[in-house]
Amino acid sequence: MSTTARPPVPPVKVEEKLYQNRYMVDEGRPHVRIQPHDTASPTLRTLVDVCPAGCYSATDDGRVEIIPDGCMECGTCRILCEASGEIEWNYPRGGYGILFKFG
Amino acid sequence: MREHFHAIVVGAGPSGNAAAYTLAKAGLKVLQIERGEYPGSKNVQGAILYADALERIIPTFREDAPLERHVVEQRIWMMDQDGHAGAHYRSSSFNEEKPNRYTIIRAQFDKWFSRQVQAAGALVICETTVTALLRGENGRVEGVVTDRENGVVTADIVILAEGVNGLLGTRAGLRTRPKAEHVALAVKEMHFLPQETIEARFNLKEDEGVVIEATGTITEGMVGTAFIYTNKESLSVGIGCLVSDFGETKTKPYELLDRFKRHSSVHPLIEGAEVKEYAAHLIPEGGYKAIPQLYGDGWLIVGDAGSFVNAAHREGSNLAMTTGRLAAETVIHNRRMGLPNVAENLKRYKDELDRSFVMQDLKKYRNLPETLHTNKQFFTTYPHLISSAAQKLLRVDGDSKRQKEKDITAAFLRTRRFGGLITDVFKMARAWR
Ligand SMILES: Cc1cc2nc3c(=O)[nH]c(=O)nc-3n(C[C@H](O)[C@H](O)[C@H](O)COP(=O)(O)OP(=O)(O)OC[C@H]3O[C@@H](n4cnc5c(N)ncnc54)[C@H](O)[C@@H]3O)c2cc1C
Ligand code: SF4
Repeated sequence: MSTTARPPVPPVKVEEKLYQNRYMVDEGRPHVRIQPHDTASPTLRTLVDVCPAGCYSATDDGRVEIIPDGCMECGTCRILCEASGEIEWNYPRGGYGILFKFG
Repeated sequence: MREHFHAIVVGAGPSGNAAAYTLAKAGLKVLQIERGEYPGSKNVQGAILYADALERIIPTFREDAPLERHVVEQRIWMMDQDGHAGAHYRSSSFNEEKPNRYTIIRAQFDKWFSRQVQAAGALVICETTVTALLRGENGRVEGVVTDRENGVVTADIVILAEGVNGLLGTRAGLRTRPKAEHVALAVKEMHFLPQETIEARFNLKEDEGVVIEATGTITEGMVGTAFIYTNKESLSVGIGCLVSDFGETKTKPYELLDRFKRHSSVHPLIEGAEVKEYAAHLIPEGGYKAIPQLYGDGWLIVGDAGSFVNAAHREGSNLAMTTGRLAAETVIHNRRMGLPNVAENLKRYKDELDRSFVMQDLKKYRNLPETLHTNKQFFTTYPHLISSAAQKLLRVDGDSKRQKEKDITAAFLRTRRFGGLITDVFKMARAWR
C-alpha cells in the first residue's frame, strides 16, 4: 500500500465553478435564511463546509451567515438544519434561482 | 384561475411528466405546474435513461427524443489513492436496433418530454411554485395554492411529483422530511470535449457510450460512489455521498469532486475538457424502508418524492416514470368506474406498485443502506486491500506466486481479522440477496 506524500493541491474555488452556472437571482428575497443567533451551533457550522455552493460562511464573532445567490437548491442544509429551526428553507419564487442548462 | 381540473401534477421531472402524459392521453383535463423557467431547469441526473420505462409510455420515443449515446460498455472501478481494480462488460449485442440504455442530458430530455405532455393535451405552467395543498372539509386534498396572483386551483386529485425534497408533502403532514442518512448529496460537472476525442479515449464508435461507476477510497470513508458517463460531446463527471457522512466529516463536496478529477485513473479521460456547468442535487437512497405513505384522500406521491430510487443499481428515473404512469392509470381507472379519488380507491396504486419491479427490487435491497452505512470498511479498507493485492500479483519481482498469495491473505487477515472478513462477506451477501 503506497503512502507517498502527495504534493499539496491548491484549494478549490467554488465561486469559479458557480460562475459557469446560470441564475436568476430574486433580489432582496433570499429563499434560505438563518435564524438570528449569538453563537452558531456545531451543526450550523458544518454547513460552512458541506454546502456544495459555499453559501454559508463563518463570521469572526462565531456566527454563521448565508448569501444564497449561488444556491443550487439541493436541500442539503435543509436536511441537516431545518428540524432544529436554525434555518428557514423555501424554494425561490417560480422562475427564479438556479437554471441548469444541462442538469 | 379557479378553474377545476381532473388532475393537477406538481413537478415536471420524469415522474410528473409520465403521470401528466398518461392522464392527458386518456382524455383527462390535466394541469401540470413546474417551478423552473422550463422543465429540467431545476433537475440533475447522471444521466442514464433506461429505455423500457419510457417505451411503455411513449413507444416511439427513439424517433425524436434527445438521446446522447447508447451504452455498450459498463465499467466498475474499485479505486484507491493510486489506481483502481476494475471489471468491464462490453458487448456488441448492445448495438441493437432498440438499445436498452442511453446517456442523456436532463435539461434537454425533460424539455422534450414536456413537449410530448403538452401535445397530449395537458396544460403546463412553468415559473410557478406550488406553496401549499388546498384542503377541504375532513382534510381531503382538493387543489393547490401557488405563488401566482389568484393562484388557487382545484382538482379531483393532486399528484405530488415534486422530487426528493418533497416540501409540499412534508409541510402538509403527508410524510416526514428525509433523514440525513437516507439521502445522498451528489455534485456533478459537465466536461466538454470534441466528439472524436471522447470516442478515441473511450474506444467508441459513433453513438456508442461507456459508463463508469466507481467506489473506493475516493469517497474518503463516506458511503458513496463516483461516475463518468459519456455523452456525445461531453462527459458527466460526479460524486455523491450520504448527507449524514458529509455532515460528520465536514468534507467539502467540491473538493471531493476535485480529488476524483485529479486521480490518475480519471485525469487522462477528462484532460483538456471545458467545464460548462457545476450542479448539485440530492438522491433519495433510503430505499424500501424510507418509502412514505403514498396515497390518501385526494393525493398520490410518485418518483423521488416517494423515495423510489434503487441506489444499488443507480436506477431512479425509470422508477420515477413507472410510478408516475401507475399513479395515472389508477386515476384513469377510478374515473372510468365513477369512483371518487379517496384513499380506499387510490390504494390500487400501491397494489399495482407492489406487483411491479419497482417494489420488488426495492424490497430485495431493503437492508443494503444500513449495511453500507454501518460497515464503512467497504469504502476504506477493502479498496486498499484489493488494489494492493492486484499490484502485488502483477508486479514481477522475483517473489514466487505462492509467496505473493500468502502475503495477500495475510494482509487481508491482518487488516480485518478472519471473523470480520467473514461477517462482512455474509452481511454484504445478505443485503444483496
Ligand atoms: C447526480 C445524480 C445522478 C443520477 N443518475 C441517474 C441515472 O443515471 N439514471 C437514473 O435513472 N436516475 C438517476 N438519478 C435519479 C433521477 O435523477 C431521479 O430519480 C429522477 O429525476 C426523479 O424524478 P422525479 O420526477 O421524481 O423528480 P425530479 O426530477 O426531481 O422532478 C421534480 C420536479 O418538481 C419540481 N417541483 C418541486 N417542487 C415544486 C413545487 N412546489 N412547485 C412546482 N414545481 C415543483 C421541480 O422543479 C422538478 O422539476 C440521478 C440523480 C442524481 C442527483
Ligand atoms: S440548498 Fe444546497 S446549495 Fe443551497 S444553500 Fe443549502 S446546501 Fe447550499
